[in-house]
Amino acid sequence: MRTIEFREALREALNEEMRRDETIFLMGEEVAEYNGAYKVSKGMLAEFGSRRIIDTPIAELGFAGIGVGAAVNGLRPVIEFMTFNFSLVAIDQIINAAAKFLSMSGGQYNCPIVFRGPTASAGMLSSQHSQAFENWFANCPGLKVIVPSNGYDAKGLLKAAIRDNDPVIFMESEQMYGDKCDIPDGEYIIPIGVADIKKQGTDVTIVSFGKIMKVALAAAVELEKEGINAEVIDLRTVRPIDYDTVINSVKKTNRLVIVEEAWPLASISSEIAFRVQKDAFDYLDAPIRRITAADVPLPYAPTLIEASLPNVTKTVKAVKEVMYQKA
Amino acid sequence: MAKTAEKKSKFSKEQYLKWYESMLLMRKFEEKTGQVYVQQKIKGFCHLYIGQEAIVAGTVSATKKEDKHITAYRCHAHGIGLGLHPKYIMAEMYAKITGCCKGKGGSMHIFSKEHNFVGGHGIVGGQIPLGAGIAFAEKYAGTDNVCVCSMGDGAVRQGALHETFNMAMTWKLPVVFIVENNMYAMGTSVERTSNVHELWKLGLAYDMPSKPVDGLNVEAVHEAMEEAVARARRGDGPTFLEMKTYRYKGHSMSDAQTYRTKDEVKEYQAQDPIEKVLQTLMSNKWIDEKGIEEVEARVKALVDESVKFAEESPYPEPEELYKDVYAEPNYPYINE
Repeated sequence: MRTIEFREALREALNEEMRRDETIFLMGEEVAEYNGAYKVSKGMLAEFGSRRIIDTPIAELGFAGIGVGAAVNGLRPVIEFMTFNFSLVAIDQIINAAAKFLSMSGGQYNCPIVFRGPTASAGMLSSQHSQAFENWFANCPGLKVIVPSNGYDAKGLLKAAIRDNDPVIFMESEQMYGDKCDIPDGEYIIPIGVADIKKQGTDVTIVSFGKIMKVALAAAVELEKEGINAEVIDLRTVRPIDYDTVINSVKKTNRLVIVEEAWPLASISSEIAFRVQKDAFDYLDAPIRRITAADVPLPYAPTLIEASLPNVTKTVKAVKEVMYQKA
Repeated sequence: MAKTAEKKSKFSKEQYLKWYESMLLMRKFEEKTGQVYVQQKIKGFCHLYIGQEAIVAGTVSATKKEDKHITAYRCHAHGIGLGLHPKYIMAEMYAKITGCCKGKGGSMHIFSKEHNFVGGHGIVGGQIPLGAGIAFAEKYAGTDNVCVCSMGDGAVRQGALHETFNMAMTWKLPVVFIVENNMYAMGTSVERTSNVHELWKLGLAYDMPSKPVDGLNVEAVHEAMEEAVARARRGDGPTFLEMKTYRYKGHSMSDAQTYRTKDEVKEYQAQDPIEKVLQTLMSNKWIDEKGIEEVEARVKALVDESVKFAEESPYPEPEELYKDVYAEPNYPYINE
């Protein structure tokens, strides 16, 4: 067992997979000579050379499409977006090409590609650099969407993503790259689409994923102090979603709070709430509650960021409400 | 015309015969496509290549079978030229399970992995980075294969072209970009979309070897392609060729063509690319009336066979719906 940073866990996954499979390459802005905007790919140019670690011009649409073209012609590209905010200029190639190739070719061309990079807010970056698009990509058939919450999961899931034969969106966070985690020495892979119960509990289920898992877990600690035993589920993957784990938990706790950083309309929490009311309606003792980002572009001022984003206080309050306890 | 034909021909008799039969098949197949479309046997959007056949014919003859090809949604002729049996294209347009894409793509998405045809793509210009990526994979794998990436004149105004040209040239990718300039992006003429009307000049901004080609002349297409493909194979990177051509039919099947005159269409039909090849064959006495009839009969038989095959084939069963979305066989779809 070793303690390493989240970014190092990603790097280990990339390095191990690239050593194993010659068809994998990493392409993106500043991934090679600069060692990665967030140092995920530090040292990789030195090991793998410029044939496999490829700096691009600032042209997300172009290099995303070049990645897709390479993927349908025998390679396994990993395309890094400096942030998924910038993926919007490339989204045509993700939605209209990568996600459609297998279907519209009648099964002839699959597209084994990973698009990865940070998602959502990362401090006072204002509205264009602070968006959580997990639900956008999760909406699209043909894609898989992974949003790890810790380095251990990130490593195992990134390896699974690279080996997957379908296009995978892999969403990280600028605010997690320095997080420490314990990693076993041997190789491991975490299957896509399996949630993780991070804390067993009996009174209420809290579901989250990605960076916001920190909020969910911290809220559970606060609630414990007040005698509320929350079960905390990390979805880890938002397409496909491990509904069974969520529903089985709700059948036990009878209460559900979902916490995520996307905007509220048609989000992952909307989807989970729908599914739970459909499959566990009779088990619910309270309406489902959720904490999302405020329904506004994220402003610059810290007071407004605080007011917008999910946090422990808001989560604890929502849990108490579904417990019919006074805040 | 006669004067040109009397000159010693540049290519072999076999080459001209091949071109003639292939182009005639594209033409007759698409004429039939237009007919059955009007009969509503084919649905959806349908874009015909009639008039532009020399580009595919000259491209195919100048490439080898390991080379890859990708284009936009005007893609029936590309499949035919690359050797995909037309019955699989017709069945695809009829939305039948026997179609080349199992009835999941339709007219705009003809693919044949067997023939290295990476499709028919529906977003204008979307195939440009894809073509460069296909070429990237060939270079990465160390082959000498090239990718031929075709587009219409509308596509050159997309940002995707400029991003891709820049990277393809920087990385010397083995790709030949072809713009099939039929003068109209749907109903908007080239002149109305930019100050730059000579489309081949767009490549010059990236130092890419670029030039205009008479796209109504299969010999000129072949020669330009041969040079471009050789450049790509020897590692010297991409080429941009502006094939000046013309489509006789509308942009799609629902085009009233108010943006051009009937005289203009006639002017181009008088320079028909298939007729030119036939004239060369006849003036060299490489084909006689009987020979022409035999070619026409073979083409007609293939077209008839295609329609019969398509009509007699079944539609996909509903169980087909959840196939080919993911390569993973056990993907847990939301199926309520």
